[in-house]
Amino acid sequence: MQTFLRDATQFLPLLLQGVKFTLIVALGSLALSTVLGLVWALMRVSGIGWLGTIAKVIVNTLRGIPILVQLFYIYFVLPEFGIALTALQAAIIGLGVAYSAYQSENFRAGIEAIDHGQVEAAQSIGMGWGLTMRRVILPQAIRLVLPPYGNIMVMMLKDSSQASTITVAELTLQGTLIASSTFKNMTVYSLVALLYLAMCLPLMGFVSWLERRFGKGTRR
Amino acid sequence: MSAPMIEIAGVTKSFGAFPVLKGITASVDKGEVVCLIGPSGSGKSTILRCINGLESYDGGAITIDGARVEHDKPSIIGIRTAMAMVFQRFNLFPHRTALENVVEGPIFVKKEPRAEAMERGRDLLARVGLADKVDAYPGQLSGGQMQRVAIARALAMQPKAILFDEPTSALDPELVGEVLQVMKSLADDGMTMLVVTHEMGFAREVADRVLFLDGGVIVEQGPARDVLGAPSHPRTQDFLRRVLRPI
Ligand SMILES: Nc1ncnc2c1ncn2[C@@H]1O[C@H](COP(=O)(O)OP(=O)(O)OP(=O)(O)O)[C@@H](O)[C@H]1O
Ligand SMILES: [Mg+2]
Repeated sequence: MQTFLRDATQFLPLLLQGVKFTLIVALGSLALSTVLGLVWALMRVSGIGWLGTIAKVIVNTLRGIPILVQLFYIYFVLPEFGIALTALQAAIIGLGVAYSAYQSENFRAGIEAIDHGQVEAAQSIGMGWGLTMRRVILPQAIRLVLPPYGNIMVMMLKDSSQASTITVAELTLQGTLIASSTFKNMTVYSLVALLYLAMCLPLMGFVSWLERRFGKGTRR
Repeated sequence: MSAPMIEIAGVTKSFGAFPVLKGITASVDKGEVVCLIGPSGSGKSTILRCINGLESYDGGAITIDGARVEHDKPSIIGIRTAMAMVFQRFNLFPHRTALENVVEGPIFVKKEPRAEAMERGRDLLARVGLADKVDAYPGQLSGGQMQRVAIARALAMQPKAILFDEPTSALDPELVGEVLQVMKSLADDGMTMLVVTHEMGFAREVADRVLFLDGGVIVEQGPARDVLGAPSHPRTQDFLRRVLRPI
């Protein structure tokens, strides 16, 4: 135990360095996936056939390719087309794009769950599509969308570890590097696991609060 | 004689291969109250929905104060602003208070100054007897109160006419009266109204004319007293008998 604590205090600064990048990757890709997901979802519910089809093809393509492969594609293949990204940029874009598919499905489900009478009421007072979405549908859909959104946040935080495969020095990669140079696998990976837990547990608490606050049964 | 407020000329409409409106010709003059009655599935809601462009129609023409209704043209926005609709299931915005429901259209569609719209909104809620419910959410209101908010929301658009689609059918019987009372006062003030209803008492008392719709055609129309009191068509007679004496 004594050695564990001594090693831990020695490794912790490096691991916290990794935590910083984990958070950057997770937050960056969360923001990107949210924006893109909303775009795909709005295309799906636009009522314009070809727009909806494009969004559907994009979402299904993204869902059908492993996140790891998408990361490799962006980091290793895009440079061949003259698009060179830093590892951090590639990680944020890769995870953001990959997760936009799941965000989109969540948003679309939320939007489509709103009673069609709401759309008709909005139209009947002269609202166009944009105003109907902004003032009537989205403010109601957000209540349905938030709890699953929180779960997606937890998954993205954990999946940010995949950025380690394209050399982003986030928590998992920092851990791996320390472990392979010190051979203190148990200490290092226990710390890594604890640090992930420390980030996820508050987030999970937040999710269950969202579920209690906005979950089913409290609508209207 | 000025042109009618709502003019429906030979309108046809099918859902797939199923014809719902088979050539409807009718009109509502300015300041007139017209009740549209008929059995379930006869196409009453469809007519109202075509009039404000919630639904397309296949043949014929609908004009509102001279402007042709085409549900997929930008002009439909202007037509809808001039033509309010009150729904059977109220369709209030549940995330907004009574007052916010009422001022939503004036502020965000008609771009009226906020303070002005709010003041008029309060007046309208007072007019439908809900001065004390200004800050209530729809979930905190009874059906009758919700429908009165919906009527205030329609009035806030300062429409040339209001379409009502069975405004009291979703209400508990003891709440029907308060809504009909508000509608009657609108009629007395000269509002142009087209009302789909099963409330024969209201139709008799308030309507200038009654249209009886069955199977997608207008079977009989005329002054309320005639159509309801002495219907000439057997289908009208049969329908009225069933509505007035259900068992
Ligand atoms: N979106 C739709 N798709 C297919 N059929 C429809 C649609 N809307 C209405 N119909 C059909 O059109 C017919 C007329 O419907 P409508 O709602 O206009 O009747 P209604 O007279 O308002 O009846 P109710 O008194 O029950 O409200 C019905 O047979 C209905 O099933
Ligand atoms: Mg109907």
